[in-house]
Amino acid sequence: MIEFCGVGHTYGERTVLDGIDLRLPQQRIGFVGANGSGKSTLARTINGLVHPTRGRVLVDGLDAVRDGRQVRRRVGFIFTNPDSQIVMPTAGEDVAFSLRRHGLSKQQRRERAAEILAEHGLGDYLDHPAHQLSGGQKQLLALCSMLVLEPDVLVCDEPTTLLDLRNKRHFAEVLRQLRQQVVLVTHDLELLHDFDRVVVLDRGRVVADDEPEEALTYYRKLVE
Amino acid sequence: MNPLGLYEPGSSALHRLGAGWKFAGLLVFAVLAFVFSAPLPLGALVVGVAAGYLVARIPPRRCWQAARLVVPVAVVVFLLQWWMLSLDSAAVVGLRLLAAISAANLFTLTTRVDDLVSAVERGVRPTRRFGVRPERIGLLVGLSLQAIAALSTIAADTREAQKARSAERSLSAFALPFLVRTLRHADELGEALAARGVGDDEK
Repeated sequence: MIEFCGVGHTYGERTVLDGIDLRLPQQRIGFVGANGSGKSTLARTINGLVHPTRGRVLVDGLDAVRDGRQVRRRVGFIFTNPDSQIVMPTAGEDVAFSLRRHGLSKQQRRERAAEILAEHGLGDYLDHPAHQLSGGQKQLLALCSMLVLEPDVLVCDEPTTLLDLRNKRHFAEVLRQLRQQVVLVTHDLELLHDFDRVVVLDRGRVVADDEPEEALTYYRKLVE
Repeated sequence: MNPLGLYEPGSSALHRLGAGWKFAGLLVFAVLAFVFSAPLPLGALVVGVAAGYLVARIPPRRCWQAARLVVPVAVVVFLLQWWMLSLDSAAVVGLRLLAAISAANLFTLTTRVDDLVSAVERGVRPTRRFGVRPERIGLLVGLSLQAIAALSTIAADTREAQKARSAERSLSAFALPFLVRTLRHADELGEALAARGVGDDEK
């Protein structure tokens, strides 16, 4: 379970998060908010990419700052731009790279990478240059590179922003089928309709926290 | 477009040869290319690399991709050298360039980066006692090769934006956005590495 306990964050003089208190035991949670509302910063505090200047973030009781290493083993993170997440030149090598510190042989890493790529429809792209994949395929590759680590939680920061409608729907469908707890930060409100809970952020504060229909109705009124 | 080829799957003798041996061979080859200063031995090196492409059974399509980037550069350098110095110097520099880049390209075409990273890590492991972290050196090599593709993509996107604003001839219209996007890419890549736990084992 993810818990935010009085989380605040400032960049210089600017307050980005202000006293966030949340307990997130649900399976699928969405975060929405206007640009600059603090949702991406909040997402980054979950696996310790951003250290909050106030308060604590706990994942299964582990502090995301103090126990960052253990937390990052439990929490996978998908970024908006898949190009920035690709670390190795080919799809297979990129997935295998995630496993380098897990005591597996080269052959085992490669087999596991081939398996997970095949599971997500990228089986034919094992030795394909990662940067030549389509946007949707790159984002799926980024997902595979995280899922191969078998995290308990997957945090996705606007993962569909750069995708076309078809790829967006496909990616949403993949997320829907995951066994992991999913925290999705997004502007695509249609992705959140069957989520368990949606949190609306505005200027670093939680202004609505409800089931999708109610929370999204509130958010639409807020931005009008 | 990447000036170094990406891995071309295959089962040739060059593909099967260990990444460490191939890397050592490439270093020796590069040293020879810079030690030789006559057209004849340098020409022999170019012929040797061409034979390597045949042995590795690299498809003509991949050879063409490499050639259309390397050959024009070698030709321009050759002509400049000929104009400024002499035909002999031009032949030496042109052939040297052709041999070195073609050999590096052949190496990346026949070697998975994952294998290269492992080989580099193994190679520098004895230096661990001096505080060197082999995983970091391996990662550095892997990221350097990946960066070529990433920077090529950023450069192509920036050139397109430049054209869209009819500023093809403006150096600053290319250099500034390219620099900003490259720095942003480096930031994002750093975050992505941290998210995958890179560096966690060393804390």
